Amino acid sequence: MQSREPDGSVEFVIPSDLNEARNLQDIIETQLRQCAFEDREIFGIRLALEEAIVNAIKHGNQMDQGKKVQVRFCIQPHRFDIDIADEGPGYDPEDLPDPLADENLERPCGRGIFLMRHYMTEVIVHPPGNLLTMSKVRTNGHTNGNGHVNGNGNGKK
Amino acid sequence: MSTQPKRRRLEVEDYGEITVVNFIDKKILDEQNIQKIGEDLFSLVDELGRKKVLLNFSNVEYLSSAALGKFITLNKKVNTSGGKLVMCNINDDIFEVFEITKLNKLFNIIKDEQTALQSF
Repeated sequence: MQSREPDGSVEFVIPSDLNEARNLQDIIETQLRQCAFEDREIFGIRLALEEAIVNAIKHGNQMDQGKKVQVRFCIQPHRFDIDIADEGPGYDPEDLPDPLADENLERPCGRGIFLMRHYMTEVIVHPPGNLLTMSKVRTNGHTNGNGHVNGNGNGKK
Repeated sequence: MSTQPKRRRLEVEDYGEITVVNFIDKKILDEQNIQKIGEDLFSLVDELGRKKVLLNFSNVEYLSSAALGKFITLNKKVNTSGGKLVMCNINDDIFEVFEITKLNKLFNIIKDEQTALQSF
C-alpha cells in the first residue's frame, strides 16, 4: 500500500515479508538515482535500509505476516529522510553490545545499528524502540555519514 | 506437490588443495539466499573437509550484516579445522564495511586472486 503525503513524503505499509522489503528498497534506490544521489551514497543508504527494515521484520514483528511495517520517506536533492515503524515491543539500542569490542568481534550478529550509524547522518530510535528515524544530509552534492544514535527503548533487537 | 529448485548461489572450483568460491549474486542481502550461501559454505568444511578456502568477492556489490555473520562462522569453522580462510577482490565499498566493523582484523583479506592463492 502506497500513499503520498501533503509534505511530499511517500508512505508504504508492507507485510512482514522480506521480498516486499526488497521491492521497497529497489523503489527507494531508483528514486535516489533519479535525484542524482551518487553510487557511493546509495551504497550506504541501501545498506542502512537493509539493516533497518530487516530488523523491523525479523526482530520487531518476528516475521509475523499479520504484522505490518510502516515506511515513510522523503527524498530531496540535499537530503534523504526515512521513518520505519514495526509492531514489535521495541528495544533499547543502549542494551546492544559494542560490536567493535575485541570480545564481540567474532559474534555473528549485532552489527545492524552500528552500520546504520556509520552510513547515515543521524539515526534515532524512538522509545519504546519500534520507530526508527534515519537521515542522510548531503553537503556540496555529497552526503554526511558517521551519524549518531539517539533515543532508547525497552526491548530486544 | 512440486518444490521450486533452489538457484545456485556459489561457484566452487578446486585448485589443488585450495577451494575457490565465487559468489554468483551481486547483492548478498536476501535472508534466504544468505542462509543458503551459509549452508553451502559450511558444508565445504563440515562435509567435504576443505581446509584452504578462498572467497572471491569480484562479483559482489552489496552485502549485509547477516552475510558478515556467515563469514565469521565460516572463519571459525576453518580455523577450528586447522585450515585457512582468505578473501580477495573486495571492492572499496565492501572493504569499508569490513574496515569499520574491524572485521578486516579477523579475516585474511588480500587484493587479488593470484596473490591470495599464493598466500596459502
